[in-house]
Amino acid sequence: MSRRNIAAVLSFSIVAMFLIFGALMIHPFGTPTETDMDDNIITNAQTETGSNNAVTSVVFDYRGFDTLGEATILFTAVAAVIMVFRRLKK
Amino acid sequence: MSGMSKIVKTISGITFPFITIYGLYIIAHGHLTPGGGFQGGAIVASGFAMVLVSYGSIWTMNRVKEKNLSILESLGAVCFILLAILGLGFGTAFFNNFLVGTNSLFGVVPAFGSGLADINTGGVIPLMNFAVGLKVIAGLFGIVLVMAYASRTKEENK
Amino acid sequence: MIFNIPFIAVAALILIGLYAVIFKRNMIKMIIGITLIESGVNLFLITLGYREGSIAPIYTSSPGGIMALPVPQALTLTSIVIGVAVLALMLSLVIHIYRHNGTLDARKIGGPEE
Repeated sequence: MSRRNIAAVLSFSIVAMFLIFGALMIHPFGTPTETDMDDNIITNAQTETGSNNAVTSVVFDYRGFDTLGEATILFTAVAAVIMVFRRLKK
Repeated sequence: MSGMSKIVKTISGITFPFITIYGLYIIAHGHLTPGGGFQGGAIVASGFAMVLVSYGSIWTMNRVKEKNLSILESLGAVCFILLAILGLGFGTAFFNNFLVGTNSLFGVVPAFGSGLADINTGGVIPLMNFAVGLKVIAGLFGIVLVMAYASRTKEENK
Repeated sequence: MIFNIPFIAVAALILIGLYAVIFKRNMIKMIIGITLIESGVNLFLITLGYREGSIAPIYTSSPGGIMALPVPQALTLTSIVIGVAVLALMLSLVIHIYRHNGTLDARKIGGPEE
């Protein structure tokens, strides 16, 4: 039982206690607490954006800036993977 | 890596067009049914990965160069940002939906409540779906191709 | 009858992934543990947005009724794509380390000595 093993078991048990305590004390499944913004999006999504799908209108119209950040992350990851395996010209 | 047997090559060559058309259908109808750019792009990229595994990496890399894939991905990203900046020019804000309500390409507003699907609706959302789908297809296929090249054995390098 | 079973499943997924990251030596097993933690977080985001007896938030030929919340589903989409990008980068770095050192044991790869 070296010191590294004792520290690992202690930290794992503390995180486990937090997670299980949180899973039992959260609000009951199926009753979200605040739904004002989502009710507004559901009733106004067809006339303001013109699409029948509420999830796509949230992804591309109401929160389009987050989709721009996600496209940047995808581009950076692909560029980094190709750069790790480049063939050095001799 | 070398390819697989004759039966696997034939069957994967038959099912590859069906998978591509199914993925493009999910990308194109993203504003009417569940789906969109990211989900349809992942489906088409996994169809390409099936062809790569069954035909071998040497056969595939003789036909698809990495340079063309990176050009396609950059094209998708530039089209997405261009559509966002055009909202700033026509309307008032960044990412403004400037095609809803007008008589142009995708500008019909559907009636409230449940009804049948009309593909002429949606504003600027179907164009953004195509741009993001192209970007995801080229990006994921590029990652799989580069990793298949990097795990060759030493006999094939000579 | 349900009594918070999805939230207990989220806690179990995160704990199994954390066990694989802390107590295993093989680098591929650590990467599988990180993927399990990401799956647990995505499941937690989706189960926050469910109303009792609701249908999907899509208007095309839908039967009537109240609809589930669409905003957590949009955030989960972004989270899944970010998970795929980070997993691809981690795997390519493990391939590079294996070529350089010849072993996959996380306690035997050396640092900048000499």
